[in-house]
Amino acid sequence: MPRSLPGRSRGSRIGRLLSTRRRHPLAAIAVLVAVLFTAGGAYAALAPTTSQNVQAASSTQIEEGRQLFAIGCSSCHGLNGEGQINDNGDVLGPSLIGVGAASVDFQVGTGRMPLAAPAAQAERKPVSYTQDQIDAMAAFVANLAPGPAEPDEQYLDPSQGNVARGGELFRTNCSQCHNTTGQGGALTMGQFAPNLTGVEPKHIYEAMLTGPQAMPVFNDQTVTPEDKRDIIAFLDSVQNEPDPGGLAIGRAGPVAEGLWAWLVGIGLLIGMATWIVTRSSKA
Amino acid sequence: MSAIVNGAGKVVDFVDQRITASNWLKRNIRKVFPDHWSFLLGEIALFSFILILLSGVFLTLWFKPSMAHIVYEGAYLPMRGVGMSEAYATTLDLSFEVRGGLLMRQVHHWGALIFLAAMSAHMLRVFFTGAFRKPREINWLIGVVLLVLGVAAGFTGYSLPDDLLSGTGLRIIEGGMLAIPIVGTYMSSFLFGGEYPGDDIIARLYPMHILLIPGLILALVTAHLMILWYQKHTHWGGPGKTNTNVAGAPFFPIYVAKAGGFQFIVMGVIVLLAATIQINPVWLWGPYDPSVVSAGTQPDWYVGFLDGALRVMPPWEFYVFGHPVTMSVLIPAILLPGIILTPLALYPWLEQKATGDTREHHLLDRPRNVPVRTGIGVAFIVFYILLWIAGGNDFFATILEIPVNWITWFIRIGIFVLPPLAFWMTKRICLGLQRRDRDKVMHGRETGIVMVSPDGEFSELHAPLSQAAAYQLTWHERQLPSDPGPATDANGIPNPNYRSKRAQARLSRFYFGDVVQKPTREELEAAHHDGHDDTHRELPSGQH
Amino acid sequence: MSAHNVNPSGDEHAVVPHGEHAVVPADPIADPGLHHEELRLTDVDKKAERRAERQVAGMFALASVLTVAFIVFYVVVGIHPDDPEHGVNIGDVQVSNLTLGLTLGLALFLVGAGAVQWARSLMTSPEVVAERHELRGDDETRAAALADFDTGTEETGFGRRKLIRNSLLGALALLPLPAVILLRDLGPNTGPTPAQRKEHTIWAEGVRVLTDVTFRPIRAADLEIGQLVNAMPATFEDLPDHGPERINERAKSPVMLVRMLPQDIHVEPGRENWGVDGILAYSKICTHVGCPISLYEQTTHHMLCPCHQSTFDLSDNGKVIFGPATRSLPQLPIAVDSEGYLIAQSDFTEPVGPSYWERTR
Repeated sequence: MPRSLPGRSRGSRIGRLLSTRRRHPLAAIAVLVAVLFTAGGAYAALAPTTSQNVQAASSTQIEEGRQLFAIGCSSCHGLNGEGQINDNGDVLGPSLIGVGAASVDFQVGTGRMPLAAPAAQAERKPVSYTQDQIDAMAAFVANLAPGPAEPDEQYLDPSQGNVARGGELFRTNCSQCHNTTGQGGALTMGQFAPNLTGVEPKHIYEAMLTGPQAMPVFNDQTVTPEDKRDIIAFLDSVQNEPDPGGLAIGRAGPVAEGLWAWLVGIGLLIGMATWIVTRSSKA
Repeated sequence: MSAIVNGAGKVVDFVDQRITASNWLKRNIRKVFPDHWSFLLGEIALFSFILILLSGVFLTLWFKPSMAHIVYEGAYLPMRGVGMSEAYATTLDLSFEVRGGLLMRQVHHWGALIFLAAMSAHMLRVFFTGAFRKPREINWLIGVVLLVLGVAAGFTGYSLPDDLLSGTGLRIIEGGMLAIPIVGTYMSSFLFGGEYPGDDIIARLYPMHILLIPGLILALVTAHLMILWYQKHTHWGGPGKTNTNVAGAPFFPIYVAKAGGFQFIVMGVIVLLAATIQINPVWLWGPYDPSVVSAGTQPDWYVGFLDGALRVMPPWEFYVFGHPVTMSVLIPAILLPGIILTPLALYPWLEQKATGDTREHHLLDRPRNVPVRTGIGVAFIVFYILLWIAGGNDFFATILEIPVNWITWFIRIGIFVLPPLAFWMTKRICLGLQRRDRDKVMHGRETGIVMVSPDGEFSELHAPLSQAAAYQLTWHERQLPSDPGPATDANGIPNPNYRSKRAQARLSRFYFGDVVQKPTREELEAAHHDGHDDTHRELPSGQH
Repeated sequence: MSAHNVNPSGDEHAVVPHGEHAVVPADPIADPGLHHEELRLTDVDKKAERRAERQVAGMFALASVLTVAFIVFYVVVGIHPDDPEHGVNIGDVQVSNLTLGLTLGLALFLVGAGAVQWARSLMTSPEVVAERHELRGDDETRAAALADFDTGTEETGFGRRKLIRNSLLGALALLPLPAVILLRDLGPNTGPTPAQRKEHTIWAEGVRVLTDVTFRPIRAADLEIGQLVNAMPATFEDLPDHGPERINERAKSPVMLVRMLPQDIHVEPGRENWGVDGILAYSKICTHVGCPISLYEQTTHHMLCPCHQSTFDLSDNGKVIFGPATRSLPQLPIAVDSEGYLIAQSDFTEPVGPSYWERTR
């Protein structure tokens, strides 16, 4: 990746400016994570067949996005989203050229960006921007180069989807990492597939479309918008379905059940046994 | 009251006139059953088994053990239109279309988990108290077989609904079988009726689960209880409680009321668990599809240690005459159960080798008084729990937010380091407790009252124990390591048995070499004599 | 092994198994004898007794009430929808399960607790003591039993008539064989051996790669860098709906397609043409014990098995980099047909799934 010296110096000045307000100065690990994080989006730009929808955006919105980007994102991603490399050759933030509006909306809209603290991977957290601001930044990034756009509303409505078919698609494509009920799970070296409970349909869609962090891409050619809507409908159904058997204990399966059988079941029964072998209170 | 007695009397009379029931009743109706909470662990297992039988019969009325492919059109909407086996579909029907069906499924599953947990806890109690010693070795062996049968019953039942989770478990079983040299592929082919998974396996597991295994368990439980009844229960020593008697409540009415009551309490607790805590929601896992898997795939707890061993085993495969031998599967899946079960089954005889003791034992050991056995038991528990944690390494990685690879490495190393450490620590703790008991007997209990002597010396007052309290701490046998004797007799002729005797003595020293002995009568008298010179003078000494 | 020695000092609680040389010291404290249980409040106080009686009867009565409540809830809480089209209301099942379980569970519990409380507080049996007797039969009985057995053996001539004895033993030793032989037909009788069946899947030259579940053909151009596609062979669709073939193929044929930057791929000699522009196809069946895997991390190109955490590097020919698996994930050579769709070049070049004895590669 070519270094952009003026950009870098400006970026670092802004970085210094910001660092007084930031709680966590960027550490090397955060940088590495940031790399992993949007690399998929960056790759998308190099792929030959990315959907080439550029969202229609007004020039004022793009300009507002540019300003927000300069303050909040450019210290790592560069003023023009070209990415940054520090003096050690480590990537501070990957290039965002061609990652598209969907990627921005997912990363910022779920609170993953801006990165708060060094960790094995960026986590969902409270969102730092309003949706208008996110849309502006998305418009700015989408304007840099064509990339996946934010999804169409009609594919985000769970009530339009087929739950049973969505379940089959989910179990085949998603449950290996996110578990059959979307509880998430462990990946290699401290990475993890997050719990999908409470994630907005739009972000589910965008995650499949852009493949954030370690997650692979499931683009609209292989998992069509209708397929994605079915998956969204399935997740909506699973999450809102009551647990007919009682407490769900995390819907986590046999390990949790075994712990309960020992701690609560055997625990209670031993308690009863100690009561049984005594006689009632003494005179 | 008298009506009941009259009614019962008529029944007894009817039976007695035909099979002399009064003879048996006279001998047994007041049979003595000692009371201790830990003696009820086996009862929990028995009573939960009875509940499993009852709820299981209910389930068979609806469940179809068929792998025929159907498209689901039942009441559970999120599955409508999904292709699945009849076994899975009828499990959904049981859960959503039969009133009380879900409750009985949950009763059956919670009951199974508690059945196996209670058997394990019961076995640990028998181990730590030495209740397996002569004359109870047969019942120990039956117990080991029952535990294996219990696991088999659990695993076959777990597989029946043909859901994604249990199907993945069967796939792992198939993978384990394939690793068996020479016959592996044939065994798998016979079990599954050809290629994996075929459409036979559920129908084949079904008779095992509902007929063969429970039948064997029932037969062995009967034998277990008949032997227990005949040999009389062990009991703890104490004033008036010796190796030649048994003290406790009479069978009728106290034991009948308490054990009968406990049957209902166990059933009640399991049904309450089933009412309030969801277990194995197969409708959420989805039907089995061999091309699909879920994150967080684990077996039920009692198979967890085997799955854990599979997870932490490093890769190891070599070729013998051009054929692969996959040790990374063979060791955990095939050899490990044998490595655990063989010493477990033979332990009563192994310990007999060390003690050289062939007498009957009806008094239980306090675990501290046999530090080496207790240490071995705790080391085994640590070993087992580590493997069990390994079986849920991804679950614990998610809970603890640490990389799953770390947990795997922790267990790869810990499995060799931690059990010996646990053995050593447990033994130390036992010896410490023994020393404290000995001090109590010798010097009385600490009162917490600190005295200052005229010289300014501080000392704590000790109150002497009552005779009953002191006896509580000293009724156990004095276990001394055996002595092999001289290698040659007085005439210099070598003793032909010397080598085996020396080996036996070594084992004996391992067991009893550093046991803290209870004081002898002389030591006790000497201690008391000293005591009277100073602090003990201040306290009433009527108990001496 | 010698029997135990009773110490001459009268100490019965010491044993030295081979104790010809050891001196066993005396027991320090004499057995003070069984102590009698103290009276309970209910034994001396009529009021307490009456209260306990009411307590026990109350538990039994409440159990009856709960049993009736169970029946009421069974009837009142319906789970069957009025219109089958709408399916079950899961909330109804939840209420049904909770009410049936609570009433039945509490009723059972109270019957048990009542019985136990009755025994603890009102039954008057004192602690009793019974003597134990050595379990071995006395010498006389043992001798008599042995003699009877000898007589019987003598009368059969079992020891002398060796021909009868040996032929009987031979016949008995053979008899279990039918039981084993009868199990032969559990597995298939005709066709290839179990190992041969493992060597082939329905992948073959020219078979199109279809998306799983939706069964759509895939163009190479459809895949982006970082993409994962769970896929099946087009021939799978031709398999009959009934019978085991379909599900057996699902256990062998599933593949995953991934696309990565061509410069990230380390190609093994001989596999140069197995991919299409950075698109690679690997078996989904883990080589450890056969779990289907597709936990693909596009950033690291790692493939993790959720069952036992074997980790494979898809950018390096599917090599194992962590966990218990011993062999690389088999790769399916793929190409593009004239219409631009992905097809297989051949079947897998090695058996998919775990190791087995007959396997030579």
